[in-house]
Amino acid sequence: MKVSLDQDRCVASGQCVVAAPEVFDQRDEDGIAVLITATPGTSDEEDVRHATAVCPALAIHIVE
Amino acid sequence: MIETTSSASAELPLFPMPRASGCPFDPPPPLLERQQEGPFTRVSLWDGSTPWLVTRYAEQRALMADPRVSADITRPGYPSSAPVPPQGNTIGFILMDDPEHARLRRMVTAPFAIKRVEAMRPRVRQIVNELVDELLSGPKPVDLVEAFALPVPSLVICELLGVPYADHDFFQENSKTIINRDVTQEQRLVAHGRLAEYLDSLVAEKSRRPKDDLLSQLAERVLAGELTRLEAAQMGVLLLIAGHETTANMIALGTLALLRHPDQLAALRETDDPRLIAGAVEELLRYLHITHSGRRRVALEDIEIAGETIRAGEGLIFANDIGNRDPLAFPEHPDQLDIHRDARHHVAFGFGVHQCLGQPLARLELHIVYGTLYRRIPTLRLAAELDDIPFKHDGSVYGVYELPVTW
Repeated sequence: MKVSLDQDRCVASGQCVVAAPEVFDQRDEDGIAVLITATPGTSDEEDVRHATAVCPALAIHIVE
Repeated sequence: MIETTSSASAELPLFPMPRASGCPFDPPPPLLERQQEGPFTRVSLWDGSTPWLVTRYAEQRALMADPRVSADITRPGYPSSAPVPPQGNTIGFILMDDPEHARLRRMVTAPFAIKRVEAMRPRVRQIVNELVDELLSGPKPVDLVEAFALPVPSLVICELLGVPYADHDFFQENSKTIINRDVTQEQRLVAHGRLAEYLDSLVAEKSRRPKDDLLSQLAERVLAGELTRLEAAQMGVLLLIAGHETTANMIALGTLALLRHPDQLAALRETDDPRLIAGAVEELLRYLHITHSGRRRVALEDIEIAGETIRAGEGLIFANDIGNRDPLAFPEHPDQLDIHRDARHHVAFGFGVHQCLGQPLARLELHIVYGTLYRRIPTLRLAAELDDIPFKHDGSVYGVYELPVTW
């Protein structure tokens, strides 16, 4: 699995961080999401799918 | 374009519409019936306009996240709940589109980042415990709204913004007027003007003597020329109102709902599993859905969706309370409260770029409240008949005006 994140779309809701804390974090200055890893391990895949589904800005995309 | 003939609008139901008597937690039954017929229906508004009401969860999510849908209240066709003031001085970023919306919103997102909110947990827990201590040592019965449900979010948002809590009577009164559906436009503007003036003077004070709070950060941006004083005051008003009215109503109405579902209240009281408490927070957000006036938008282009064509310039109202009862999204008895359900995908905070900014803080506050109040006061019970409890049918945020309780 490969993950991409569109920071221009991000609205800093932080729900990706709650769903998949091993994969997403937020910038201190404005809460915009950042990718910790673009290629998460198998154990994080379900969490990433959940993060993608709950992201209100549709800013996360998965490339299988 | 929107149908505006009086005969067309006369046949359509007026929105918002009343709930059924005796069902304080359920959305209006005619709306649920319309959801069964399809994802879209037309309703009639106060001004005779007939926007679309989006009733189903999937179409609500799709359209709320669609960039062809605008939140700009000044656009023709926007389904406003009241006349739009001619000057833009009461418009916050929730009623704007990107890039202006994103520019302003990003100035206030930092304190609502997950780690920053999580760092507030000990302080919020302290606030909640001190208020429970006061309840336990004070007279009973007591109004839970005034003694607990309102002070919790009020103390938290005041500390975050840097607003003196001592002024709470003033800003709670004006905030209540602004979100009341039944006041005149003039009363609403006067209340808004008072709050904006108050926030403006606070921002000015913070620019002279900055502290570690959000208003001081906004004051710094005003000094740097990144933000006007009016915009800073507007954001302060928005955050102050939003921080109060939503969480306070979730605490009081949530407590009432749990008292009416004693088995689920007992399950919550007897657990120390944070996942169960977090699940209860999500389910109560879904089930109660206090922002019952709908999220409002206008289409910028023709949009084909689910066999329907939304035309450019047509208004859209997302009935998220109905979306949260959609059996296609919540298949197991969506009309029932079930704290064991996975309800995390609800739309109580909206969806799309305008999704509630404060939702991490609201979740934290509700988690601590629902995990503390009933454990510490295990015999908590209503001190009034359900019929005598005044519900906020007239508010754009639903809840109770008073909740007499004893133990």
